[in-house]
Amino acid sequence: MSREFGWIRPEPWGIHVVPADCWIDPARPVERALVTHGHADHARGGHGETMATAETLAIMKLRYATDDGAVPVAYGETIALPGGVAATWVPAGHVLGSAQILLEHAGERILVTGDFKRRPDPTCAPFEITPCDVLVTEATFGLPVFRHPPVEHEIAKLTGALADNPERCVLVGAYALGKAQRLIAELRRAGHSDTIYLHGAMEKMCRLYEEHGVDLGDLALVSDVKKPNLAGTIVVCPPSALNDRWSRRLPEPITAMASGWMRVRQRARQRMVELPLVISDHADWDELTRTVSEVDPVETWITHGREEAMLRWCQLNQRRARALALVGYEDEDD
Amino acid sequence: MEAFAALLDALVYTRSRNAKLKLLADYLVRTPDPDRGWALAALTDGLDFPAVKSATIRNLLTERVDPVLWSLSRDYVGDSAETASLLWPEPAEAPSPPTVSEAVDALAKMTRATVMSELPGLLDRLDAEGRYALLKMATGAMRIGISARLAKTAFARAFDVPVEDVEEYWHGQQPPYTPLFDWAANGAAPPSADDMPLFRPFMLAHPLEDTVLDMADYAAEWKWDGIRVQLVRAGGETRVYSRSGDDISATFPEMAEALDIDAVLDGELLVRGSHQGGAAGGAASFNALQQRLGRKTVSTKLREQFPAFVRLYDALIVEGEDLREQPWTERRWRLEALVPRLDPERFDLSEVIAAETFEDLRAIRGRARDDAIEGVMLKRRGSPYVAGRRVGHWYKWKRDPLLIDCVLMYAQRGSGKRSSFYSDYTFGCWDGDPAAGAELLPVGKAYFGFTDEELKFLDRHVRNHTVNRFGPVRETDKSLVFEVAFDSVHASKRHKSGLAMRFPRISRIRTDKPAHEADRIEALKAMIRD
Repeated sequence: MSREFGWIRPEPWGIHVVPADCWIDPARPVERALVTHGHADHARGGHGETMATAETLAIMKLRYATDDGAVPVAYGETIALPGGVAATWVPAGHVLGSAQILLEHAGERILVTGDFKRRPDPTCAPFEITPCDVLVTEATFGLPVFRHPPVEHEIAKLTGALADNPERCVLVGAYALGKAQRLIAELRRAGHSDTIYLHGAMEKMCRLYEEHGVDLGDLALVSDVKKPNLAGTIVVCPPSALNDRWSRRLPEPITAMASGWMRVRQRARQRMVELPLVISDHADWDELTRTVSEVDPVETWITHGREEAMLRWCQLNQRRARALALVGYEDEDD
Repeated sequence: MEAFAALLDALVYTRSRNAKLKLLADYLVRTPDPDRGWALAALTDGLDFPAVKSATIRNLLTERVDPVLWSLSRDYVGDSAETASLLWPEPAEAPSPPTVSEAVDALAKMTRATVMSELPGLLDRLDAEGRYALLKMATGAMRIGISARLAKTAFARAFDVPVEDVEEYWHGQQPPYTPLFDWAANGAAPPSADDMPLFRPFMLAHPLEDTVLDMADYAAEWKWDGIRVQLVRAGGETRVYSRSGDDISATFPEMAEALDIDAVLDGELLVRGSHQGGAAGGAASFNALQQRLGRKTVSTKLREQFPAFVRLYDALIVEGEDLREQPWTERRWRLEALVPRLDPERFDLSEVIAAETFEDLRAIRGRARDDAIEGVMLKRRGSPYVAGRRVGHWYKWKRDPLLIDCVLMYAQRGSGKRSSFYSDYTFGCWDGDPAAGAELLPVGKAYFGFTDEELKFLDRHVRNHTVNRFGPVRETDKSLVFEVAFDSVHASKRHKSGLAMRFPRISRIRTDKPAHEADRIEALKAMIRD
């Protein structure tokens, strides 16, 4: 391990910014947390002070019913922290409010990407390339087999299945924060203007997105309509509800799932999915490797995901790299 | 190739048989010749391209991708063809996919010397789904659950022709089956089959249920517990076919050698012994026959240890004369005349049970349990030999099932319509006295026998009584008793309990019975008749 970046220390439960004594995305309660985005594995409650974008703080308030100690930060705003550390939140393109966090100290720049993607997403601000000395990157889809197809291609699969089966409904399992809203927004962009029905667990997050200016069109709850009226519609639910009792109220649903894991047939089969939609809010292999090349850091640190293949790629491309082995960030439902 | 790739993908994700049939039938109607024939052959593992092996794919890829990244990817995906389809560098130009027949032609022309230079050109013309389809087709082993039977049923549905005709004409046809499509889709004459040892679809029986039959109209035979086979000799060749129409001649070479008269005969394949019907019955148990099943080759030792023979039930064709339209009595008479001309070591005649009345037959059947025979068959004396199950012709009257009380131990979700229900149940019996601390040992698994209402009850029970989860499996608190019905039980080294049940199903849910009163392993062991 190189000595020059010793002021930041990865621990299994988060990244410690030592001179400022604060933590990025800590998995346990701390005095001061810098949070990249609102997914539960990154944004936990109970911190003394939580610094994040206003959107992320709103999402956390919805989840934990409190915003005690919330300190909103705008994209591009630089906050002076104790110990001579400056922190800047930069858009990550992952979900609403998601950010990379740039840390500057003693002339060194360390960029923590959090979760990110490079593709356009109508529900959040796009990823920005930021030069730095150390790039701390995720690698959820860090295997060269993961190449997400264009989202239009997958949306066409979904609307095609709907058109072919007017007497059935298409039930799409999608992560309640981010994926569900992006899926709906992409359907709207593709011209699908019919009412989209939601599992109850989806409603509040969709409303929050709408309050933040994301237009999701006409939405209604499954529980508000009778079974036959759901024929020929798209229903969105959390992945866990896909094959459970809840779905029995739907008219012969075609089970679909929107996730980067759907690229691999066996993964889709294990989830009993009939219509896999390869739509991910994480960077695929090409995006990950392109980002490392474009940012061109002195060192690349890999936080979570498939580190081995990314390390190998860095080695093949004469780049210094190491795996941090942070735990608890595996995103099974993306 | 795009349509075939889309079909293949849809089949991978479709679990219901009906939905698979629809996908396949739609494809066959929409796709021109000869593409649809080649596709059908590929799906039923009817194609072989010796130049393309799994190792070929690996070698091709490791020339283009770092070997470490290849093996990390291969380990994660679990399938070489799929990994390769995803890792293959996207060509700079838009793909110009070949047709299925072009791809088949190109693959067939490749040799081990040329495959490494020719296969890449083909892969470059396809997208990820197309590459997957091509590599799967090239290496075989589709593993998508398309049996020959399912393919034939889909074919029949696509062109609205009887599936029995499809079965009959299919045999002896080579991919891409153009005469078959000409017949079914374009109304041409059916392909001729006179000089080939082809399979004819079996005539099957309905369960008798509660019907009482007049023995003046029906003849009864024992239902022997072996496997139903058809022996066919034509054009100097003999074949042994299983009930599904698979050629099992290599598994039972002595039978293929034994028939020297041109004929199509229906019978039960058995192994010599005294287990079924005593010395007079002359047949060993199904367990003995099982030692011979599923082998591609068979040693002399095994042939001597478990000598096979066929107990003949019916004659469909004898020396060029098709008897299928004739009544059973006529065919029986012809069969009786034929048997003395056959090798007595390999053939005998299924005896007609002497029963004047149905009540006589009931009494005779009641004694069958000790003889380990499955039950009796009833055949209308005037019945022609027709493919499939036609009402009123043949009935099977199985002996009453054996019953045992077991405790529900584990449950798993079903598939298709049942994917939200815990509908596959593993149950066990006590390995001793439960009061003295004995434990339950799993003895079998069943996923039918219950009504829809009972399924709802069972699903609720599993959810409310889960004590452990192992992936998709839930362990329950072992409080619910099932009465399990089954046809027979055999000693088995493969199971921890040392027992294997045949055809177990849930007969009743015994909410009235406490778990400790369920049966013990000894009770089940006592029912073994091996």
